[in-house]
This record gives sequence, C-alpha cells and structure tokens, in this order.
Amino acid sequence: MSERFHDVTVTVNGEEVRERVDARTTLVDFLREELGLTGSHVGCEHGVCGACSVRLDGAVVRGCLTLAVQCDGAHVDTIEGVSDTGEIADLQRAFVERNALQCGFCTPGMLLSAQELLAAGGVPGRATIRAHLSGNYCRCTGYQAIVDAVEAVAKARSGTTP
Amino acid sequence: MKPAPFAYAKARSVAHAIELLAHDDARLLAGGQSLIATLNMRLSHPALLVDLNGVAGLDRIASKNGHLELGALVRHAQAERSAEVARGAPLIALALPHIGHPAIRNRGTIGGSLAFADPAAELPACLVALAGELDISGANGQRTIRADDFFKGLFETALAPRDVLTAIRVPAATAETRVGFAEFARRHGDYAIVGLAACARAESKRLGDLRLAYFGVGATPVRARRAERALAEGDLGAAVGALAQDLDPPSDVHATGAVKTHLAGVLLRRVARQLGQPS
Amino acid sequence: MKVAADSPPTLSALDRPNSYIGRSVPRPNLARLTQGRGQFVSDMTLPRMAHAAFVRSPHAHARIASIGTAAAKAAPGVIAVVTGAELSRVITPWVGVLTHLKGLKSAPQHAIAVERACWQGEATCAVVARTRAEAEDACELVEVEYEELPAVADPETALDAGTPVIHPELGDNLAFERVHVAGDPDRGLREADAVVETTFVFGRHTGVTNEPRAIVADWNPGEERLTVYHGTQAPHMMQNLFAKHLGLAEHQVRVVTKDVGGSFGIKVHTYADEMATVALAKLLKRPIKFVADRIESFVTDIHARDHRVTAKIGVKNDGTITAWDIDDLTGIGPYSVYPRTSGIEANQIVNLTGGPYTCPNYRARARVVFQNKNVMCQYRAVGHPIATAVTEGLVELAAARIGMDPLEIRRRNLIPDDAHPSSGPSGIKFEALSHHECLAHLDAMMNYAGLRAEQKRLRAQGIHRGIGFASFIEVTNPSAAFYGVGGAKISSQDGVTIKLDAQGAIICQTGVTEQGQGAEAVIAQVAASAFGVPIERVRVITGDTDNTPYGGGTWASRAAGIGGEAAWQAGKALRANVLGCAASILQATPNDLDIRDGAVVDRASGSERLPLAELARIAYFRPDTLPPGFQAELMATRHYVPRAWPFAFTNGIQASYLEVDIESGFVTLLGHWCVEDCGTVINPQLVDEQIRGGVVQGLGAALFEHCRYDERGQLTNGNMADYLVPMAAEMPDIEVGHVVTPTADSELGAKGAGEAGTAGAPGAVMNAINDALRPLGATPLTEMPFTPGRILEAVGKVGKSD
Repeated sequence: MSERFHDVTVTVNGEEVRERVDARTTLVDFLREELGLTGSHVGCEHGVCGACSVRLDGAVVRGCLTLAVQCDGAHVDTIEGVSDTGEIADLQRAFVERNALQCGFCTPGMLLSAQELLAAGGVPGRATIRAHLSGNYCRCTGYQAIVDAVEAVAKARSGTTP
Repeated sequence: MKPAPFAYAKARSVAHAIELLAHDDARLLAGGQSLIATLNMRLSHPALLVDLNGVAGLDRIASKNGHLELGALVRHAQAERSAEVARGAPLIALALPHIGHPAIRNRGTIGGSLAFADPAAELPACLVALAGELDISGANGQRTIRADDFFKGLFETALAPRDVLTAIRVPAATAETRVGFAEFARRHGDYAIVGLAACARAESKRLGDLRLAYFGVGATPVRARRAERALAEGDLGAAVGALAQDLDPPSDVHATGAVKTHLAGVLLRRVARQLGQPS
Repeated sequence: MKVAADSPPTLSALDRPNSYIGRSVPRPNLARLTQGRGQFVSDMTLPRMAHAAFVRSPHAHARIASIGTAAAKAAPGVIAVVTGAELSRVITPWVGVLTHLKGLKSAPQHAIAVERACWQGEATCAVVARTRAEAEDACELVEVEYEELPAVADPETALDAGTPVIHPELGDNLAFERVHVAGDPDRGLREADAVVETTFVFGRHTGVTNEPRAIVADWNPGEERLTVYHGTQAPHMMQNLFAKHLGLAEHQVRVVTKDVGGSFGIKVHTYADEMATVALAKLLKRPIKFVADRIESFVTDIHARDHRVTAKIGVKNDGTITAWDIDDLTGIGPYSVYPRTSGIEANQIVNLTGGPYTCPNYRARARVVFQNKNVMCQYRAVGHPIATAVTEGLVELAAARIGMDPLEIRRRNLIPDDAHPSSGPSGIKFEALSHHECLAHLDAMMNYAGLRAEQKRLRAQGIHRGIGFASFIEVTNPSAAFYGVGGAKISSQDGVTIKLDAQGAIICQTGVTEQGQGAEAVIAQVAASAFGVPIERVRVITGDTDNTPYGGGTWASRAAGIGGEAAWQAGKALRANVLGCAASILQATPNDLDIRDGAVVDRASGSERLPLAELARIAYFRPDTLPPGFQAELMATRHYVPRAWPFAFTNGIQASYLEVDIESGFVTLLGHWCVEDCGTVINPQLVDEQIRGGVVQGLGAALFEHCRYDERGQLTNGNMADYLVPMAAEMPDIEVGHVVTPTADSELGAKGAGEAGTAGAPGAVMNAINDALRPLGATPLTEMPFTPGRILEAVGKVGKSD
C-alpha cells in the first residue's frame, strides 16, 4: 500500500511497541518524540555528527538517516536500553573517571560506537580508536579523554590491564 | 530539517519495485545514507519512496565463472567483512574503509552508492577501474551495462526512472591482478577531494589492461587514458605529466581545479607503487 | 578581599582537612549523562506545546515587499503564521551598543525582520504548528515577495564611497573604530634593525555546538508569568531582556537552563529567533518550542573571527622587540549583537596584542564594519586567538629574520616573572604572571632540544616537520569593566547560597551555570571543602533564576574564579553558623570546634562531637531544646566580585609539533603542549580537559574551519559536510602542564581556564607550519585556515589562485 501513514511494530530496548507513523518520521525522531527516549540526540540531521547513533538489528546506524517506517519488525537498542542492561557499565565508568564527556550531548552516540568497536574484541590501538570514532562529533573534549577511556576498557576487557 | 511528506511502500520483489516505480515521482530507497539526508534538507520532494530493503536475494556475494558478483543490497560493512570480496575484488576491499564511517557503512549499500553516483564517491571509480558491469531490471526487462557506459553526468546514470540496479559483477582477481587505491580527504571518512582507483594485469615488463579511474575530478569517474598509456609502459613521469590533459577538474568549496590536478599526480605516484605489488 | 567578620580565622584553601581543592574528583552529574538521561531543552515537551519554524531570507539584502500567509495558515496542523510587523506589537526591538565602546553604533533589530532582510538566513516570518514538520511544510507555503538590494559582502570595500550604506540613518557602515597609541612606535620601528611586515587573515568561524540552540517559552496568562527553558549561559541576563522587551517585570520571568549541549559563547547572546519564540508564546498563550536545526544554525548562530590584520614588528639584532603596529579590519553582520555588542572582539584585539611582552611602543587601529552576512559576536576566547596569532606570528617572523631561536627571542622579551604588577602595551593591568616559568616548563615537558634534533634528522630525509610556539595571556574573572560599565545589565558579581538539609547534606544554589565544563563540580568541591562534608553530600542547583542567587552565569572563564570564591565564602559562613549552633548544643566554644567529614568535631583532636544530621534534627525539629534567644541559621549566602583587578589575567605557552607533506599540502598534527597558569587549580582534570577541548577548537581554526561567503553574501558551506569541524582522527594527544600563580583578589586564588586552549593553538600551528617550510624558501603562511591548497601554493607546487 502506498500510504503516508503506516502501522509499525518495533522492539525497542526489548519492549514491543506498536505505533502509527508518518513515513517521513526518522527513527531518531520516532524514538524521541513518540517514545520519549530522549537519550538519542539530534545534532545535524544529515548523518555527519553521530549524535543520533542507535543500534538497529545489532548494528550501529544513524537514527537520522533511517525512517521509523523501515523498522517494522526490527530490534532497536538505544542508549537507555543498553545502559539499563549493564552492557556498557565498564565504558560508562571509564568515561566518568576520565571525564570523557563534558556536556554529554555526543556521549550516547560515542558510547554505542565505542561498544561496537570493542565488541569486535582485541585491544585496538589509539589510532584505530580514533578512526572508528571519526564519525562521532565532540566539540567539548577534543577527543583525547574519550580515546583514553575506550583504550582503558579495551585493555581491561582483554585482561591486559596490569 | 524534516522531510516534506511522502508516501511509502515496501517492495516485495524486484518486479514489485518496478511496478511501484511507475508512480509519479517515486524514488528507490536502499541504504538511505544519501537519499534521506537530501530528504531531510528538502533538496528533493518525492511523492513516493519505494523501499527495496525487504527484497530477498539482493544481498548475495558470489563467485562464479571467474567473476565476483555482489547484489545491489550488499551493505558496505558486509562487503568489508567478506573474505570473498577481499580475495576476489581487492580493489573494492581497499576502497570500502574510506566510505564514510562505520555507522554509514552498516546501512549504505553497494548498489545505492553506484546508483547515486556522487562524483566524489569511491565505488563508481572502482567499478570503472575493474571494467565491471551492472545488472539492471526495468519495465522492459533486464539488461547488463558496462561500468564505462553507466555513469553519464552529475548524479546521472544509465538508470531510467523505473529501473532497479540488482547486482554488479567484476572479473575476479588472479595472481596477475594488480590494484591500487588512494584518495585525499580532509578528514577520515570525508568525501574525497580527489581519489584514484586503479587495476591492471601484470605482464612481463609492463602493465596490461591498465585502467586509472579518478574520482572527485568531474561529474563522473574519469579515465586518465593518456596517463594509462604512459604508465603501462612504466613511464611514471610522463604519466603524471599527461594528467594535465586527461583531467580538467572544476573547483569546489574544498579545492581548486589546479590543486585537484596536482593531487591527482601525487596519487598516481602512490598508486603506481601499489600497482608494482601483487594484491 | 575582606574576610567576613563572622567567619572563623581564615585557613588557606589548602589547609582545610579533607579538602577537595586540587583534587580530580569525578563530576557528580556525569553518570546520568552516560545513561542517556540528560535533560536538554531540546528534549523538552510541555502540555499543548507547539513548534515554531521560520521562513528565512534567501537573499543577503532585500526589501520585504509583501508576505502572503493565507495558504500557510490553511496548512495542516498550523496554529499561527506571524510576520515581523505583527510580532513587533508584542516585543520591542533592541540595539546592541555599550557606552564604553565609544562611538559604537548599530540600528534597531527586530525579533523578526520588519521591512528588510539584512542577511541570508534572517527570519522574515514565523509559523507555529503542532509539529516541527508541519511548521516547515507551512513555511514553504508562505509567499514572501523580496526586492533584492545590493549586498555589502566585502569588509575591505564596506567603507568605500560607492558601497551602499546598510542603515542610512547611521551615516556609514562603520560600526566602531578604536585607535590606540602607546610609547613611540615610529621611533621603535626606526630604531629596529629589521622590520617585518605582513598581513594575517582569519577565516570566519562558528561554534557548531553539538546541541543546537533550543528554547521552550511558556507564557501562563493565569499567573502572568513567563517561564523560559533556554539553553543559555546567562539566565539572569536573559530574564532581564525578556522582561524588558515584552513589557514585563523581571519577577514575572523565570529562566531555566537545564542541561546544555555545548555552548562556548554561542549561547550567551540574544538571538532574534529566541526573542521571537518568547513573543509568540505570549501572543498565543501556549508553550512554544524552537530548536534551530543544523542548517539554520549555520546562518543564525553567531559567527566570529572574521579579521584581516596588517601588522608590523620592529626588532633589533639582539632580539629586542622595538615596536608593534597593527591595523585590524573586521566585517560583522548588519547589526551589532545584543547586549554584549559586536565591538568587543576587535576591542580585545587592540587590548591584547603584544600583551606578554615588555615592548611598550604600540600602535593599533581597529575598525568594525557592517556587512550583509550573519551577525558576529563573542565566541570562545573572544579576540585572543587573533591577537595571539598576530603577536606570536610576528615574534617568530622576527626571530627568523634575525636568525634567533623562537624560544630565545621570547626569553628576551617576555615580561619578567618578578616584574609584576605590570601592564601590557595597551594599558591592560597584570597582577602577576609567570611567562618565563611556563616557558621553562614547556621547554622541558616537550623535550624541545630533542624535537629540534629529530626535525633536523628527518629534514635530511625530505620529511618536513615544524615546531611552533604561542605565548598567551587570557582574560578571566571579569569585573564590571567588561560590560557593566557600558550600561549592560550583565552581572559581574555572583552568589552562592548553601543550606544544610535535615540529614546533614548541603544544597548549594549558584548563579553560575553549567554547559559541560564542570561548573557544578567545582562549586561542589569548593563548598564541600569550605564547609566540611564529603562531596557525596553536596547537591548543586544552577541555571534557574527562581532558585539561585542573582548572578552572571558562565562566560569569560568566570565560573571557578568568581562562582568558586562565592562558594568558598558561603561555605565558611555556613560553617560559622553551624558551629555557633553546635556550640550552643554542646555548651562549647565555636572556635574549639570544626566541621570535618560531615560531623562537628573537636578542632584540636578531630574527635567527633555531633553528627550534622543530629544538629539539623535539633535545629529543625527540636528548637525548643536550644537556649532561649538563640536562632539557628542553617543557610548562608555570599557573593563575590573581583574588585582589585578589572580582569584576572592568566598566562601560558603552547607548542605545536607537526609534519607538512609538501607533495599534498596536508598537515599531520603530531603533538601539542600547553603550560597553563590559571592560579589555584580546583580540579586538575577539569582544567586539563578544558585546555584540551579549547586547543582542539583552535586546531580546527588553524586547519579546517571557515564560513565561506561568496560575493553575494551567500554562505556556501553551511552544513557539516562542508564546514569542517575537528574530528577524532586528525587530532593529536595534548599534554598539559601547570604553573600556579594565585590571584590575591580572592581567598581561593583561582583564575579561569576555559578559553586559554583556543587562544594559543592557532598561532602555535601557524608558527609550526612556517617553521617546517622556511628552509624551502616558502613565503610564510598567514591566512587561516591553512588548507592543503594554500600550502601547495606557498611551496610553489600549485600556481597562485585568485
């Protein structure tokens, strides 16, 4: 059916949600406005800043470049869900200890991107961490503290921290 | 920046997509990494978006008959992880990490990148360098087009409004295949200021079938044919010199034409070194 | 700074037991931000809230002939379509001038343009709808008939006789001019053995805060109260301005900031769009939300740094600098921004050039001209990046001319550390600086000699590395000299109220605000130390004009120095009150007691006498057991404003180490160092991170960022793909060192640190690039950003473009 409005069923942070969406509503706007999950942020709406990063069927994507209507039957994890399960507790602790966030606006996207890198295993070097996070804009920290925190967690997870 | 309103339909098959594309002002949605950005900025106001993502069978990677075939819906990230792509199309494997950032590559598709044909994109030039071909299904049936004939103008390809790109095909790499890839971008993951995708076959004292495909230097990928002839015989200096005639890049916000031509020469030196090594 | 008579004998900050001063304590508000539980104004919804979007002028300069709103009004979801003329009945225009910038002139600016649009992107009509998307749909249906007018788009010709005057009633396009002469610069230049003359050009920038500007305005006609949720740095200033221009009393207005997704000065200014939003709320009697999207941010967030400075330095062969001479031309927008004015940046450049050095011979002229481009105003480090790059660029060009090492020429000219108090050539007053100690520290920290040896070795292999420096001074802790003296209702004082709660925790309310730099944490650390509780028992409330002392907010690096001192005094005052109460409960003498770790203790032995929770229980619930005539006052407020010095100048020095690929023109940043003296350091980690973040903004200035306008006044790269902000892969690790010279103008002795990184980084990078290319005979690069194209031209690989 070629309609503007569609009923979608999306599993968001493990919870099944049924909503009627305007086809033009982006995933990040759907999460923020319809579901009140404001942890994912809108920074540019053209895919460059990464503040809208969410996990769609296990992969980190730009929430501003995905339509909610495309997510019928999909699983979406936002920072709130990933945080509540404890999956990134060590990353969050490291960010706090290292002051790897200042205003906090880029942080949800940064954490999800970092987690995707670390989930691949191993201990990425600083240049690899920087390259992987090169799609996440931070204006406050200058990135070094973030790299420190991610590196520390990578080492801890692989058991190489003394 | 919210898009203007549009209708949406999920294609069940390629044939269904072609049918839906008969609608006035319909656009195909694949990865959406370029299209949705333009919709958000209201640079484009389609009446209907036809979502191709649900169509089965368009995301296969297969080696057959000395060729590597990639379905149009193969995601960049999927191709990046594929050992078959690394083996069969090492040039594409070299280019993929330069495409945007991980989140973009998780959604963006090979077919979408080729159909969108951004002049600064990597894959169109790779396909030209590899002398690849593209399978297209349309209202009048199926056809296969050579990469050299596919890219027509600025964001303009051989795809008609009701066409669906379904797959691409490149000759599989052999022990004699030589590839080279380099680009200059201001920041990691940015669109290239200028880039070069190259492929050749190593012969005893020369490079056979050398194809140098530049991107970021014009509306479409540009073959540097005089440079190819010189470099095939091993004359790098003449090849670099020939670029001034082969290329006439327009200036843009990121670099002047003169800078792009100069950088094209620098890229040629770097790629020439790569072409000297087995891939 | 006088010590309050009711405080116990002063201990220095470092003497308080369990003091948090100087400790890198994690910030208390971080955990929720890592959980996605921040509360930004852009996240807010209120019942019946509607969304505003604006029709914006596509022309840099155009008369608005007519506005057809019928089709837009009929569009789905639309609540109202309001023109500038209609809105001007609800909100009055403003003029961005201050009396202490003599001669500064500007025309009245309306919340929505009334007769003319004066820059591409200026709002010409507002649409309010149920959703932002519907508002944008309706904006496309508003029919504005524009009559294009010639645009003033080149500062160099803005004052020419043939150039149209944007506001004829002002007479010309000159907003402000300042001339300063000190000493005898002509004689200084005559007596020089060498005079270096060059022109520095700085590309226009913008802040690109990750969270765009956001505001939710809620006029409640039943209460006749306006509540504005506004991601602003200065809530009391905005309270005053909203009241003034809507015809309300200040006490009818409440401004709440919530979490702010980055600011850097962008969100300390008054924007027409935000004023329009509050006016629409009053007009429509329901909450209205406006969040600037990224595309409109590029054409409406204040720009900054658009300067061309021709400059001369005189130097003797022994390295003595004999004169400075600068001529600064800056092109702002069509209006001086309100209320801080668009004259301050140029004024600062005149104030700061030559500042770290002893040479007193100085001539400066600064002219600020109107253009039909986006407005310009204060952005992180205001004027310092330019003054520092000009000064430090001249110093290293002079050093190169006479064949002297760049650190050596600085050693011979920086004001000696024991020569303070002193002044800069513009007359600015320095209490105490440490230029030489910082230089020595930097020299060691970066292993300068080792890097020079490495540079030499690699040069022989055709690898071109460069080392560049920038000494800097930085304005912090501003007194009323910055704005108040000019008539602005911008508070230079600030206050902290601390209350003991019924369980022995303390609640601090403060007028300084938080945008991520850690102002909340600093206030908590100081209050905890001054009062005597563990930091887990401190709560800080900021960003709410209803619930904080009257204050200035956070800008010009004032939160730690000014807010922190108020917290220190308030903590001491509350401690005195509590000890008075404890003494009456314990039948002891207040001076024999102290508060440590959340309990009243015996001062001499440290043994616990009374937990604070118990004291609070008695004071709040059993005052019948206290001696007659004794009233416990478990809440104390203190304010602070610097009085001895107009500004608390800090100082430091930065170094950049980089590699230039002369084939491609690309620059790789290999390392960056900053030694910073910001006085007493309350939280070393937060200071270091402010330096790092600030440095990276400066690195962006040097290499990447540029708002590019064409000759028609059109911004050609107003999106995040084409305006290049620094991302992780191109940035180096940054090493930070400290020297500590406290200010005596406060007990804490803390100065500010938020902007120093941005002040010095561009100059250091420029000097490093030129150091790398000098042996090749390249013409020094002095036009930022240093793009590959510009570097290729400098080394002759590509011909000069026009």
